[in-house]
Amino acid sequence: MNSAVIVFPGSNCDRDLAVALETVTGRKPAMVWHKDSELPDGVQFIGIPGGFSYGDYLRSGAMAARSPIMRAVKDAADRGVPVIGICNGFQVLTEAGLLPGALMRNSGLHYICRPVAITVENSQTLFTNGYEQGEQLLIPIAHHDGNYQADGETLDRLEGDGRVVFRYGEECNGSARSIAGILNGNGNVLGMMPHPERAFEPAHGCSDGRRLFEGLLETVG
Amino acid sequence: MKARVFITLKNGVLDPQGKAIHHALEGLGFSGVNDVRAGKMIELDLADGTSDGDIEDMCRKLLANTVIENFRIERLENA
Repeated sequence: MNSAVIVFPGSNCDRDLAVALETVTGRKPAMVWHKDSELPDGVQFIGIPGGFSYGDYLRSGAMAARSPIMRAVKDAADRGVPVIGICNGFQVLTEAGLLPGALMRNSGLHYICRPVAITVENSQTLFTNGYEQGEQLLIPIAHHDGNYQADGETLDRLEGDGRVVFRYGEECNGSARSIAGILNGNGNVLGMMPHPERAFEPAHGCSDGRRLFEGLLETVG
Repeated sequence: MKARVFITLKNGVLDPQGKAIHHALEGLGFSGVNDVRAGKMIELDLADGTSDGDIEDMCRKLLANTVIENFRIERLENA
């Protein structure tokens, strides 16, 4: 699997994500700078990492979503290339219109950084076939703006179509219906606030995130 | 020519920052505050002839996230 990791000024999980991808695929991902306007040929997977792109100016992910590389990411997503946005990457994907809804300030106002229980709500996706349906995982979150909100109709549609992929197993940030991760309509774009790349090996304290990358590799090849 | 864009959260969208400000005001002894909503104001210095449509376009494409926010444009005639 040839992968690419998008790097914005202020990204800080780009290297963690690259290590996870290289470990699983055996190939170094291309690190693609936000000012580039094209992805490398033959990219089969795109990761948008966590961090604080553009210092969260205006709104988290707002500036990054309008950067030149995101046009190429949109085109690739439209062609069916799998895209994952983690944490700030999720915020970027909603701001870019690739995923519905918005990520607002945590309801308790605090920045939260700790492992939380996450439930796999749909194991029949490109990204989650390494998990059991309903399985509970322990994966860290680290965010200030992780409070997922959308209108009731959108939330019903997401739930009805199996597009709520992960839910929090405990109250943490006020997200509507405890949503922690969602898919786009075509099933090839996933946004999630928890950090699977930070729960990748025993030294991380938990390694439940690893199977996401392994499952993805199995699907994409 | 200058214009100001006021960005506010839509009705019904929870505003944790507004709530915290409200709480702090009460802590200072201001008891008559029913609710607080926080927003932002962006001032634009624009070329003459920039149309309302252009400014609206800026709001929809970047300045506001219309999933959760409303915007209002105010032109400053003498600036």
